[in-house]
Amino acid sequence: MAQRSDIAHKYLRRNMDFPNVWCPGCGIGIVLGAFIRAVDKLEIGKDNIALVSGIGCTARIPAYVDFNTLHTTHGRPIAFATGVKLANPKLKVVVISGDGDILAIGGNHFIHACRRNIEMTVIVVNNYIYGMTGGQYSPTTPLNKKASTAPYLTLEQPFDTCRLAISSGATFVARSTVYHATQLSSLIEKALTKKGFSVVEAMANCHTQYGRLNKEGTAVRMIQAQKDLAIPVSTAAKLPPEQLEGKITIGVLHDAQRTEYTEAYQKVIDRVIVPGLNGEEVNDEAKAKPQEE
Amino acid sequence: MSENNKRKLLQGNEACAYGALAAGCRFFAGYPITPSTEIAETMALELPKYGGRFIQMEDEIASISAVIGASVAGAKSMTATSGPGFSLMQESLGYAYMTEVPCVVVDVMRGGPSTGLPTKVSQADVMQAYWGTHGDYFPIVLCPSSVKDCFDVTVKAFNLAEKFRSPAIVLSDEVIGHMRELVELPDFSTVPKVERVRPNVPPEWYRHFKITPDFTSPMANFGEGYRFHLTGLTHDERGFPTADNQAIAAKLDKLKLKIERHADEMADFRTYQIEDARVVVFAYGSVARAALQAIGTARRKRWRVGLFQPVTIWPFPENQLYEATKNAKAVIVAELNQGQLIGEVRRVVKDRVKVVGLFRYDGDLMTPDQILNKIREEH
Repeated sequence: MAQRSDIAHKYLRRNMDFPNVWCPGCGIGIVLGAFIRAVDKLEIGKDNIALVSGIGCTARIPAYVDFNTLHTTHGRPIAFATGVKLANPKLKVVVISGDGDILAIGGNHFIHACRRNIEMTVIVVNNYIYGMTGGQYSPTTPLNKKASTAPYLTLEQPFDTCRLAISSGATFVARSTVYHATQLSSLIEKALTKKGFSVVEAMANCHTQYGRLNKEGTAVRMIQAQKDLAIPVSTAAKLPPEQLEGKITIGVLHDAQRTEYTEAYQKVIDRVIVPGLNGEEVNDEAKAKPQEE
Repeated sequence: MSENNKRKLLQGNEACAYGALAAGCRFFAGYPITPSTEIAETMALELPKYGGRFIQMEDEIASISAVIGASVAGAKSMTATSGPGFSLMQESLGYAYMTEVPCVVVDVMRGGPSTGLPTKVSQADVMQAYWGTHGDYFPIVLCPSSVKDCFDVTVKAFNLAEKFRSPAIVLSDEVIGHMRELVELPDFSTVPKVERVRPNVPPEWYRHFKITPDFTSPMANFGEGYRFHLTGLTHDERGFPTADNQAIAAKLDKLKLKIERHADEMADFRTYQIEDARVVVFAYGSVARAALQAIGTARRKRWRVGLFQPVTIWPFPENQLYEATKNAKAVIVAELNQGQLIGEVRRVVKDRVKVVGLFRYDGDLMTPDQILNKIREEH
């Protein structure tokens, strides 16, 4: 425990007001812990991380941690993060936001960033619900569940975050739950070292809204259910689809190699850059460099 | 443009892009839209030559968001669009006002509302440029009236954005954007460039929104060791969300006063034969060009007519307009809309001077004859 508390002191901002905004027992704190342990293990350095979020419960994370932090507009964190990464490709850019933020209002930015394969890690905290606004259904709320805006149960087919990411072109896609906090941390670690667009879906409990409306019990019961529903990728591969219905497949779901966007752009710069345009001294050798038109 | 100090036949949109490059813009994110697309095309071609980066995003919301993100990470950044795209950008633009992130947005105005007239001219976004996003904020908006102006005004927009840590809007229009004129661009190294004021304190003392006597604040970039927090929630000087009444009011005062206290410094306007003018034509953007010709004709008839052309339209150059219309008996406000800035002119000159509107909103440019006829009525 002593070591864990050391990590907390190292990464939490001392000037923030505690207790935090989340409900007691919320899964978001566990996701934050998993993320911080991954960062610490990789020794990335606090100055080198840009942590970007949108709007919602999860999106409140950046304020509490001592990185370069950007709490943006609803649904747009991936677009903001794209600008951050392109202006300073040396930064390790991480987006952390909820299912509503990333997949509903931000869905377009999500699929295009997957397609573009720009290096950043997107942690989607999926609790099946809009928590902050009071329990409205999200694009990941399962069918036939209750929400404050689905008093007669949901009628819409939900997104599978990971399948959406894979089919849109993300090069690393993984999923875990807050019950599997250690695995979650190691998956985030893998994502952070990926040269490409990486997505980690962290299944979290919202007992205050989703759990209460659907009679799924306390935080403890909901987290226990994650344990019961989780199936490792290797096991899931051997099961027929009907046996995976309602289950949570956890582990690395996709890991591919594809040209990363900032690297591809750097090659363009190296090819067409004209020495001296930024007012720097140009020696004869650089001047002699042939220019392509 | 490596040899940029040569005479060239350029479009307003191209000149705008070269102005951005000259001002030090090194990031552009955009989405295609008529009549602004040439700005994106020119930036896509030129930026990597300067070591900068261009990206075509999935929509205008993503474009302005990426521009803000890039500026936070240290790059002078710009996007360009037209009415419908400008509407989409408003929420995140509000974020930039709130978090005081410098950036430049070019709106090449076309007819509206909605899809309107994509290839025809209008000046109907001048109020949107002020009131587009929700809440209290005070924008910087500049309006070019020639191809060379597009270059100069874009440079100026970058310099004001960096100095006051605010978005700056360049309100061009379809005629100015697509018109070609022979221009001589200066050597980019001689163009005056303003850089954001850097913090001179150690990170532990740094306050990203420090309230200073002139209400602007030094700005660190991501990755420089300052590890600050930005949020669109109303925040204190350190940047953290606050519910403290005093801190909330102080933040909103800061947004207002950093512009209001520098309004005279920012006021850029041109006058022509205004000294003895009995009738003053108030015109901006492409209409100012037609007004100049009309005034030339009127002067040959020995009519005492002059022009007041605001280049900065927000903050509105009210002291300057008040002075310029002191001896006038009438002001003709000529705009390509149903009467937008005329309200501001009335507010400034009050009952002292008769204010009449001359509005055209059928998609075509105001002609010198239209303006001359109005001058004849009022002279």
